[in-house]
Amino acid sequence: MGSDSKEEAIKRAKVLMVGAGGIGCELLKTLALSGFQDVHIIDMDTIEVSNLNRQFLFRQSHVGQSKAKVARDAVLKFMPQINITPYHANVKDPGFNVDFFKQFNVVLNGLDNLDARRHVNRLCLAAEVPLIESGTTGFLGQQVTVHIKGRTECYECQPKPTPKTYPVCTITSTPSKFVHCIVWAKDLLFAKLFGDKNQENDLFVSAGDGSDSVKPTDIFERGSDEDLEQYGRKIYDHVFGYNIEVALANEETWKSRRRPNPIFLKDVLPERLILQNGNLEKNFLTEDLPLSAMTSVGLSNPQDVWSLADNSRIFLEALRLFFGRREKEIGNLTFDKDDQLAVEFVTSAANIRASSFGISLHSLFDAKGIAGNIVHAVATTNAIIAGLIVIEAIKVLQADFQNCRMTYCLEHPARKMLLMPVEPFEANKSCYVCSETPLLLEVNTRTSTLRDFVDKIVKNKLGMSFPLIMQGATLIFEVGDDLEEDVAANYALNLDKVLVELPAPVTSGTMLTVEDLQQELSCHINVKHREEFDEDKEPDKMVLLGWTAPEKKSQVVSNGNSTSAAVSAATETTMKSEEAKVNAEISGTKRKLSEILEATENQEASQILSGPDADSFKNPQELEDGDDDLVVLDNYPETSKKQRLRQV
Amino acid sequence: MDGEELTAQETALYDRQIRVWGVDAQKRLSKAQILVSGLNGTSVEFCKNIVLAGVGSLTLMDDRLVTEDALQANFLIPRDETVYSGRSLSELCCESLRDFNPMVRVLAEKGDLAQCEIDFLDKFDVVVVTGCSLKTKIEINEKCRKRAKRIAFYAIECRDSCGEIFVDLQNYTYAQKKSDGTAECHLSYPRLEDAILIPWRNLPRKVSKLYFAMRVIEKFELSEGRNPGELSNFDLPAVLKLRKELCDAQSLNESHVPETLLERILVAGPMLYPPVCPILGGILGQEVIKAISGKGDPLKNFFYFDAADGKGVIEDISNPSSI
Repeated sequence: MGSDSKEEAIKRAKVLMVGAGGIGCELLKTLALSGFQDVHIIDMDTIEVSNLNRQFLFRQSHVGQSKAKVARDAVLKFMPQINITPYHANVKDPGFNVDFFKQFNVVLNGLDNLDARRHVNRLCLAAEVPLIESGTTGFLGQQVTVHIKGRTECYECQPKPTPKTYPVCTITSTPSKFVHCIVWAKDLLFAKLFGDKNQENDLFVSAGDGSDSVKPTDIFERGSDEDLEQYGRKIYDHVFGYNIEVALANEETWKSRRRPNPIFLKDVLPERLILQNGNLEKNFLTEDLPLSAMTSVGLSNPQDVWSLADNSRIFLEALRLFFGRREKEIGNLTFDKDDQLAVEFVTSAANIRASSFGISLHSLFDAKGIAGNIVHAVATTNAIIAGLIVIEAIKVLQADFQNCRMTYCLEHPARKMLLMPVEPFEANKSCYVCSETPLLLEVNTRTSTLRDFVDKIVKNKLGMSFPLIMQGATLIFEVGDDLEEDVAANYALNLDKVLVELPAPVTSGTMLTVEDLQQELSCHINVKHREEFDEDKEPDKMVLLGWTAPEKKSQVVSNGNSTSAAVSAATETTMKSEEAKVNAEISGTKRKLSEILEATENQEASQILSGPDADSFKNPQELEDGDDDLVVLDNYPETSKKQRLRQV
Repeated sequence: MDGEELTAQETALYDRQIRVWGVDAQKRLSKAQILVSGLNGTSVEFCKNIVLAGVGSLTLMDDRLVTEDALQANFLIPRDETVYSGRSLSELCCESLRDFNPMVRVLAEKGDLAQCEIDFLDKFDVVVVTGCSLKTKIEINEKCRKRAKRIAFYAIECRDSCGEIFVDLQNYTYAQKKSDGTAECHLSYPRLEDAILIPWRNLPRKVSKLYFAMRVIEKFELSEGRNPGELSNFDLPAVLKLRKELCDAQSLNESHVPETLLERILVAGPMLYPPVCPILGGILGQEVIKAISGKGDPLKNFFYFDAADGKGVIEDISNPSSI
């Protein structure tokens, strides 16, 4: 491969970059320096302060502006002749369809979420455009992978960790970890107080006898002339005191658990009750600073773990600031990790709840990390990843496919290597995305509704945005903007029917076809009726089989997705710390570092090593080839013993 | 760690990386003084990383004026002659880097590091050199060694699609993370001069071919009085002759220094394969952050990357008796 053809390939290439964040900034810069002329970049995000430590194309003055657009302008300064087309948009927008993708020679991902990655993978498969991905594998560090239809695995050939969910009762009644308290504070309490009132919400403590005697709505509703301080105290005592007392009444629950302590404000902040209404008004901040309850109660270090009393002060102050200063937003708020006041509220509420349940308290810094699923990120790793992506992209553009590599960026060297290339994996023949293998769904067809199936399986598991579901030739459901009114009404009716009662009944043995027209993905699902599910392990009450490798430990239901109430808490990245080990054990198809190392070990053993005696140096041919040895890993553990070495 | 808390501004800006290396490491970084001598595609990548990480100060030395070669793989210099004409690389890069992080002091220093007063180095905790001869690197390494305080020394050189990093942390002690807490770990680094004097036949097994290739090229440049990259295809016969001499003297088979590799480096001359720069500059950034913060196992003592095979390899070339 002459360097002329390399330059030609680079010049001619039309590249799509998805994501202008940490990896995106590095990638765009490196593409420009490498001589690329035509780059399109999609990113829906705007710039935030916490981006600036690594997204070096952005400055303080750009906060709030489109990442894609600012990135373009910044690169044009040092590379004026390059064409960069920015899109401040979601890659899942219908406009970015298969035809749009077809105009590119290669797609480069710098994304931070599984959902968008899966979407881009499907469009690349449908448009037959090579995709270069990068991401964390959890315990290995980062990796760069190449996905070419018909030559390598697709992004979804290996199961990916999906957001961790928790059983409803763990969150509402029996938390045992701090993360449970965070989920409660964020997805239940915050949502209840400040979010959409029509949203289903499980914020009540079931007495366990099925009687929902406490109608919580009235309590959370603030009367039009209700004093803010009084309202705050009422909420506090209700959720941290009264609700715990109600829960304690159910002896059965606490037989084998530590009993929680109800917390009432009068015990934590006795002096608070003496304060008369409005006494705190003077603490209101000046207009130009972001609202902060921490600041107004005089706390400054986000690394400190606050006392129960301080958490209680912050809770009340945050509540007061929301209702007093951000009243217009109430009813529409969703938790945002960059919303200081929201983080303060959630931290304090989670800590107070943690106190009740004897769980250790955490700092705002830590709580923010857990609540916001924050990606730990530094510039150096992104720079390295971007360099590796561009190297692979250039090989793809030169059609030099046999030299494409998947590269692990290791935190700790393995066999002397910090950057370890291996040959790309072959496609998983039972991958439901890039092969046509049908899936198997175990479900109680008499109790599960079509809505359950659409939410838990089609959207969450299969990652489809605009699904269309057929039973034989009958269309039973479809999502789209341009549906006829009567058709849409019909679908809406179907959603609430249980599967066996659909116009075209779904029973054991039925095969469903599920399609996403935007992603041009179609898959078949064989339905098998099953009567019972384990609530703890299978909270979805349905199990999708067949999209992972056959040996079945990898079906981890705790990794399943939300039920209407089970609350999604962690993302891929949180998985990293806590779940990675578990995953490594349970997921049969994960490429384990040990396997790779074993292979490298063999490689080394297979070589004529240059010992201290000069004789071994006289074996030039073997050494020459030996250095270019390539570790070839098979996809599945059962075959990985046959790891072979290939001389390139 | 003692000392004042991070400001709210620092906490907000460095939020994501504090989650990686902790508050103490961030405080240490904010006190570190770094010197970079020689500005090219690789070292500007390093500068970017270290400024974003929030070091105390970064001092740049490179009095060369902007040329076509100096512009390549350098995203710190606007492609605008009215901006860059008549100004040195260090001044121009300094200006751009200041923008990256207003909390880091970035300075341009005139002069040649090899010629400067020896106590000039006392201001720094870390010295990075690139784009100079082997002789200069050895001299600066020596000067760092002679100072009372420990100055971490790094030499980095990129050629075509290959790169080399050399690290001298002298005697370095750090808390190594173990599964059951931490253990004090001690590493002893050789000087550059001593490391490259180790007889080739005594080197660890399977040393990267790049190690030998870099020594041959470096020696060639030194004998010709040229700077790194001042090479072309025309030098091939002379370089091959030198390879033979060195290999004979070290009883190493010449196949350890493949002609194709040497040729690739010579043909490229001063041109770098741009995507290699962020990889080398990223690894160097990581290493310097490790050395300052005392967190993580530092690499000892050479690192190699070649885009041709994609491997990033650490070579420990420090102990003459190692087999």
